[in-house]
Amino acid sequence: MSGALGWMALAALLAVPAGAALLLVGLPSYRLGAGLNVGAALLSLLASLILLWIRPDANLYLRVDDFNIYLIVLNNLVSLTTSAFSAGYIAHELESGRLTPKYLRFYHAMYQALVFAMNLAFLANNIGLLWVAIELATLATVLMVGIYRTREALEAAWKYFILGSLGIALALFGTILVYLAAQPIMGQGLPAMAWDQLLIHAHAFDPALLNLAFIFLLLGYGTKAGLVPLHAWLPDAHAEGPTPISAVLSGLLLNVALYAVLRFKMLMNANPSALAPGPLMVGLGLSSLLFAGCMFYRRGDIKRLFAYSSIEHMGIITFAFGMGGPLANFAGLLHMTMHSLTKSAIFFAVGHIAQVKGTQRISTIHGLTATHPLLGWGLVIGVVAIAGMPPFGVFMSEFLVVSSTFTRQPWLALPLVAGLLLGFGTLLWRLHAIAFGESQGTQALGPAPITALPMVTHLALVLVAGFWLPGPLVTWFQNVAALLG
Amino acid sequence: MHGLEFDIAHLLAGGMVVISLLLLYQDRLYALLKVFALHSLTLALAVGWQAHIQEAHHLYVTAGIALVFKAIVIPIALYRIVRQLGIHRTLEVVGGVGRDMLAGAALVALAILVMLPVTAGTDAVAREDLAFALAVVLLGLLLMVNRHNAVSLVIGFMSLENGLVLAAAGARGMPLAVEISVAFSVLIALIVIGIFLFRIRERFDSVDMQAMDAFRGGRRR
Repeated sequence: MSGALGWMALAALLAVPAGAALLLVGLPSYRLGAGLNVGAALLSLLASLILLWIRPDANLYLRVDDFNIYLIVLNNLVSLTTSAFSAGYIAHELESGRLTPKYLRFYHAMYQALVFAMNLAFLANNIGLLWVAIELATLATVLMVGIYRTREALEAAWKYFILGSLGIALALFGTILVYLAAQPIMGQGLPAMAWDQLLIHAHAFDPALLNLAFIFLLLGYGTKAGLVPLHAWLPDAHAEGPTPISAVLSGLLLNVALYAVLRFKMLMNANPSALAPGPLMVGLGLSSLLFAGCMFYRRGDIKRLFAYSSIEHMGIITFAFGMGGPLANFAGLLHMTMHSLTKSAIFFAVGHIAQVKGTQRISTIHGLTATHPLLGWGLVIGVVAIAGMPPFGVFMSEFLVVSSTFTRQPWLALPLVAGLLLGFGTLLWRLHAIAFGESQGTQALGPAPITALPMVTHLALVLVAGFWLPGPLVTWFQNVAALLG
Repeated sequence: MHGLEFDIAHLLAGGMVVISLLLLYQDRLYALLKVFALHSLTLALAVGWQAHIQEAHHLYVTAGIALVFKAIVIPIALYRIVRQLGIHRTLEVVGGVGRDMLAGAALVALAILVMLPVTAGTDAVAREDLAFALAVVLLGLLLMVNRHNAVSLVIGFMSLENGLVLAAAGARGMPLAVEISVAFSVLIALIVIGIFLFRIRERFDSVDMQAMDAFRGGRRR
C-alpha cells in the first residue's frame, strides 16, 4: 500500500512538471500561465515531501535514496519560490516591453521542462538517463537565456550552448566508458548502467578504464557545474538571461551537475585500485575559489558579480567533497543547501533592483538602503550571508570546511582561507557601494512588499540554519556523508 | 573474431577518422556539409556492420537514425539555412592545411595511445572502435576551435557526436534507449541551432563568431 503511494509520488514528481510544460505551451494568458507555473511547482514540492516518508524500491531506471531525496526536496522548494518570484518579475518585464505574451508562454513551458529535467536527473538510477536529463536541462536553459533576443543575450546563449553541449558530449563519452568497464563483469544490457548495481560490482571493474571514464565525466559535468577553467559560459548566461533563470541556474542546476559528479565519485571510491578522485576535485575547487575571488574586483554588472560568486561557492563545495571524510562531506552537503537558498535569494533581490533601477550596472546603483529599504537590506543580508559571516548557515558550513582541512591537510587550508578572505573582502566592498552612499538615478517605486516573500523566506531559513539545524537533518547529513566516503 | 569481419569494422571506423581529417580543411560551407554527410553515412555503415557482427538488432535502429537524420535530414536542413542566410559564397579562413593536418595527426596518435593500453581487457573490435571514436571526438573539437562561422561550429559539434555514437555502438549491448534519446537530443539541438542562427544573423548581420567577439570587446570597459 505504502509502496503504491510512493510510486505515485514519484510519478507525480515527473508527470506534474512535464504535463504542466505541455499545458503551458498552449495557454495564451500569461497571468494564468504564471499561476499554473506556481501551482505545478507546489504540487511537485508536495510530491517530494511524500517521498521523504515513503520511499519506493529502486528499479533499473529510477531510485530514491538517502542522498538524492534531500536534493529533490531542495530542488522543488527553490523552484516553487522562484516561480512565485518569477510571477512578479515577468509582469514588470511585460510592462516594460522586454518580453511579449508569446514569449512568456514559451518561458513558462521551458521553466517546467527544466524542473522536470532536474527532477529526472536526481531520480535517475540509470547513468544514461542521468545524462539525458542533464542534456534536457541544458537545452531548456539555453533557450531561456536567449529569450530577450538582445545581442548580449544571444551571445550568452550561444556560448552556453556550445560549451554546455561540449561538456555534455564529454560526459556521454565518460558514461559509455563506465558501461564498457562494467560490461565484462556484469554482462550486457541495462543492469550494467544502473547506478546501484554498478556500485555493488565496482570493486571488480578495470581500474584503468574507470579512471579514464572519471576524467571525462569530471570535465563534462564539471563544465556544467561551472568549475574553473571550464566556467566561461556561466557569468554570461547568468547576466543576460531573465533573473528567475539566473536564480535556478545558480541555486539548482549547478547542484545537479555536481550531484552527477558525486555519484561517479562514489563508484571510484568503491574500486580500491582506481585513481583517487579527491585531489582532482580539490584542485578544481581551489582554482575556482581563487579565480572567482580575483574576478569580483572589477565586475561592472551586478548579476555577473553574483555569477562569479556562484563559481566561488561551487569551488568550495567541490573542494569539500574532494577532501572527503565525514566532516568535510557534511560541510559540503550543508554548503550545497545553504548556497542554493542564499544565492537564489540574492538573485531575487537583484532582479527587483535591476527592474527598479532599469540597469544592471553597478556604477549606477547606489544608496539602495535609503531609497528601497526592503530590497536594499534584503541584498545586504543576502550578501553578508553568502560572504560567510556569522550568524548565517553559510558561515557554519565554511567553518566546517576550513576546520576539517586544518586537521587533515594543513597546507591546503592556506590557499583555501586566502581565497575565502579574498572573496569576503571584495564582495563586501562592492556591496558597500551598492547598498549605501548617495543614491542616484531613477527613484522608481519599489515592488509591492508581498513580492519580497520568496527572498525573505530563503534568508530566514539560512539564518535559522546558522543557529539551529533540526536533529533529523543532522543525522541525515551524517548518514549521507558516510555514504559519500 | 573472423578476420574479414574485423577488417571491415576497422575499415569503416578508420574511414570516419580520415573523413574527420578531411573536414578540417574544407573552406567552403557547401563542401563542408557534403563531407559531413559522408561522415554520417560512414557512421551509419559502421554501426550497421557492428549490428551485423554483434547480432545486436537494436543497433540497426541506431544505424537507421544515423542514416536518415545525420546523413540526410541535418545536412539538407543546414544546406537550406546556409542558402537562406546567403552565406554560401563565404570562404572561410582556415589555417594552413599542413598545420591542421599535423595537429589532427597528433590528436589521432594521442587517442590511440590513450585508449589502447586502457582497454586491453576488452575485445579487439570494441578497442579499436573506441580509439577511433576518441580520435573523431578530438578532431571534432579541433574543427570547432579552428572555425569562426557558426555553421562550421555546428558541423564540428555534430561530427563530434558521430564519434560518440560510434563509441556507443562499439560497446556491446549498450541499451537502445540511450541511443534513441541521443538521436532525439541531437534533433532538438538542431532546432535550437536553427533558431539561433537566424537570431544571430538578425542582430549581428553575420554568423561569423568574430563579429560577436569584437562586439564583446566593445562592451567590456
